[in-house]
Amino acid sequence: MIKSNSGIRKTDVINRRMFIIGAAKVVVFIGIIARLFSLQINENKKYLTLSDKNRIREWKLPPTRGNIVDYFGNIIAGNLKVYQLHIIPEQVENFNYLLVRLKNLLNLNDKKIAKINKSKSELKPWDSIIVSENLSWSQFVKINNYLYDLVGVKPVMTISRHYPFNDVYTHVLGYVSQPNEQEILDNQTIQERFVPGMKIGKLGLEKRLENHLIGTNAIQRYEVNAYGKRINQLEHQKGQQGSKIRLTVDTEIQKACGELLNEKAGSISVMDIYTGDIIAMYSSPSYDPNLFLFGISQDEWQLIRNNPLKPLINKTISGLYSPGSTIKPIVALSALENNIINTKFKVKCTGKMELYGQTFHCWKEKGHGWVSLKNAMKQSCDTYFYEVARLLGVDRLNITAEKFGLGKKVLGDYFDTEKKGLFPNTKWKKNNLGKGWVLGETLITGIGQGYIQSTPLQLCMMTAQIANGGFAVKPKIIVDSNPISYEDAKQSMESGLLFDTESEKLLDKKLFKNQENIKIVQEAMFASTNERFGTSYKSRIDDPKYQFAGKTGTAQVKRISKRERELDLELEQIPYKDRDHALYVAYGPYINPRYALSIIVEHGGSGSKAAAPIAKKLFKLIIDRHDLRNKQSNFERITV
Amino acid sequence: MFQHDRLSNDITLFQKIKKLDYILLTSIILLSVLSVFVMYSTDGGEILFHTKNHFVKLAVFFPLMIFIAFLNIKFWHNFSYIIYFIVILLLIYVSFFGIMSSGSQRWMNLYLFVLQPSELMKVAIIMCLAKYFHRIKIENVNSFTSITIVLSIIIIPIIFVIAQPDLGTSILIALSGLIILWLGGMKIKYFIYSFITFLISLPFIISFLKPYQKLRILTFLDPDRDPLGAGYQIIQSKIAIGSGGLNGKGFLKGTQSYLDFLPEKHTDFIFTLFSEEFGFIGSVGLLILYSIIIFRIVRIGAISRSNFARLFCFGYAFAIFIYIVVNLSMVLGLLPIVGSPLPIMSYGGSSMLATMIGFGIVLSAKINHKQMIA
Repeated sequence: MIKSNSGIRKTDVINRRMFIIGAAKVVVFIGIIARLFSLQINENKKYLTLSDKNRIREWKLPPTRGNIVDYFGNIIAGNLKVYQLHIIPEQVENFNYLLVRLKNLLNLNDKKIAKINKSKSELKPWDSIIVSENLSWSQFVKINNYLYDLVGVKPVMTISRHYPFNDVYTHVLGYVSQPNEQEILDNQTIQERFVPGMKIGKLGLEKRLENHLIGTNAIQRYEVNAYGKRINQLEHQKGQQGSKIRLTVDTEIQKACGELLNEKAGSISVMDIYTGDIIAMYSSPSYDPNLFLFGISQDEWQLIRNNPLKPLINKTISGLYSPGSTIKPIVALSALENNIINTKFKVKCTGKMELYGQTFHCWKEKGHGWVSLKNAMKQSCDTYFYEVARLLGVDRLNITAEKFGLGKKVLGDYFDTEKKGLFPNTKWKKNNLGKGWVLGETLITGIGQGYIQSTPLQLCMMTAQIANGGFAVKPKIIVDSNPISYEDAKQSMESGLLFDTESEKLLDKKLFKNQENIKIVQEAMFASTNERFGTSYKSRIDDPKYQFAGKTGTAQVKRISKRERELDLELEQIPYKDRDHALYVAYGPYINPRYALSIIVEHGGSGSKAAAPIAKKLFKLIIDRHDLRNKQSNFERITV
Repeated sequence: MFQHDRLSNDITLFQKIKKLDYILLTSIILLSVLSVFVMYSTDGGEILFHTKNHFVKLAVFFPLMIFIAFLNIKFWHNFSYIIYFIVILLLIYVSFFGIMSSGSQRWMNLYLFVLQPSELMKVAIIMCLAKYFHRIKIENVNSFTSITIVLSIIIIPIIFVIAQPDLGTSILIALSGLIILWLGGMKIKYFIYSFITFLISLPFIISFLKPYQKLRILTFLDPDRDPLGAGYQIIQSKIAIGSGGLNGKGFLKGTQSYLDFLPEKHTDFIFTLFSEEFGFIGSVGLLILYSIIIFRIVRIGAISRSNFARLFCFGYAFAIFIYIVVNLSMVLGLLPIVGSPLPIMSYGGSSMLATMIGFGIVLSAKINHKQMIA
């Protein structure tokens, strides 16, 4: 009985305590449900995002660069399909066998094989190794034929930059290549869109317009597992090709420039004298920018780098030359504007001029006799311009020269390699060389020698501004969103109306005090080319449709010693490095002028023999293409 | 009394079948079927190794449970101590000749399958203590001798299990034992005192923990301190559960699991997968199913005449409850990660064997609920 009593009491204890436990259980379960609720209902969004972040991986594909076209819409920097060869190590059965097979098929060298092995060890087995970035079509076909034997090999078609005119536009466009770390860090846009294998502009407009040309990445979304392996593709988001950019250049003329300067070092620039459009700017020698796309070989690079004619320099805007006699129109204009001389003013040239015991020679030893402005310009009499410069003084000359664009960058900030050049004055010498100006220096500045340095494009612009009647033009190489037509530009300039859409006033456009003076200089330049005894008379075209006016220049690269002057050597007898640079500036047609050009042949000898004949050949083409160009001006308007 | 004994001994097989608890049985079958489907999902929607094995184990252990149910509760009472000692012997055997796997020695190879005796101890300790408290007079429960005995019964197996090392299972064994002590009438103040002592000695206990165990505690406190290392499991588990939402991502559509972001998805983290695919509604449903099972076990205990059956049922119900709580708290980031399976759902033979034995004894108690045990 006691036992059973005790049993009942025990049962009571157990039941009572079980009740407490039961209550506790309910509380705990409710707690767990609350936790579930908070995770799955309250924070569901957060965890869904995290889960998607886990499983979805985005692959950015390289963007497609925008095309660059010439004025007529011809693609001068486009994109091309290229064939690539990838290996996916995961799918390869026998890696060494595969490499031997590929080595035979594609003639790979041992260095390349070592590189493949290295990238294999660095990458995940499902990441592809790029064996070849640019297979030729025949190689691509070969690979496809043997594909059954090449397990794990993937032939891929992709898009790459291409320059269809090879070396014609190299200095304008530059080229693209793999960016280095600094370039990625410096440009926010590149940083955002960078993917391995992407190429960026390294030089020229490709670099300057990178953010317009670059385009947006195509994006592929994949579902991946915990180890990063792609399981399936979720979506493909197309990228947008970069902006199309239209230049003012004319490929036909640009090509002709290249042919005319073949195997010479030098530069040709052609400009529309009203709109400031650059029709051509060619620097010779050039090189093929396509070489840089897939990594230039060491041999090819050394060939370009060590070429004594310096193809890497864009001579049109980075080459600095003494303008020589091509400066004479500006000297004459400055003197006329400052009323130092008039058309009747004459100087007697005896072949030299003495000043404080120093002798300044004219190029013609016998002298020109009594010469007026027109004759002096025509025959490029140095003595006349020594005297005019002496009377004018370098500071007044400097003001006129700078007005016409010397000593300033022509294209502003479009090319970071562009040089400013130099037009000296007394203040400049004091500040930079710490010495006072010497009168003798004024004399040689008057014939474009001495401290004075200019780029070919500056000389071209200077000529254009004389040709258009003395109005400032704004040179440009990219077609505006609202391009002004040639006719409009010309008309507004002639009627003295404001033609530039920007807020520049008409006064700023006028570079002269008296337009008569411009006419006098123009006539003198006409005489220089089209009248007997003119320095470029031999290069004249009589047909008024093509007739042009110009001024030769011969820039000394070193001082001529007395002995050399007496020897009067032929060009071939002088070492290449010591030969004069040949220059020529011109504009045409003489009636109703439209275009200005400047030509420089490095170490080409005299301007009349080496540079002026090039202008004769070029002008016909330039004028012939004018009507075509005019028709094209309303062609699709593309913004930058 | 004798008559009662005879009566219960004499019931026929048919009567036994009739007296089975069908609500409990249905819940167990439901849970088993669910577990096979979830296992099928962990295999990525194919019948692979885990699904097959899990199904085979269910097919073997479920009949075993019925067989156990048909044995008289008296039999289990009589053999409780012996079963306890056999499991102790197995633990000793394992600590010398057990199979090493991932740094711990817990398993013995029985050729047909690999047995983890510590899982069996979870049930054996309840049986052993239930018998002890059944036999002892209520007046003697708090005597020094009896406290010494019951504490020894709990501590001896724990020593072996901790040495394996297996912290999770030893905690579950300890909790299963302590609940019988509580139900058996041990003074409340003893529990309070020892709880306080435990809290005070916690720093010392922690200093004895293995480095990986300490890491788990630190990770629990701040899972983001090493998101790709120690914190990875818990972070990924929370992402999976949280992203499940109200309705879940759908059967076989749990991205976290089938893309391999979930570790241990077959075993300890099975609930994570379930919750990801079936959402809040599914998870609560599963909890309700478990609650029904627990409630039925408690009810069987309440109608049992013998204190042995009553203590066993209450104790076992609590044990099931604590397995669920520990497992869920772990995957929900409420507790540090200690290895503890979810009953029936998790892949693992020993755990399922022990659970089924437990259910078998509970069902036997139901069939024989009028049985008195001297």
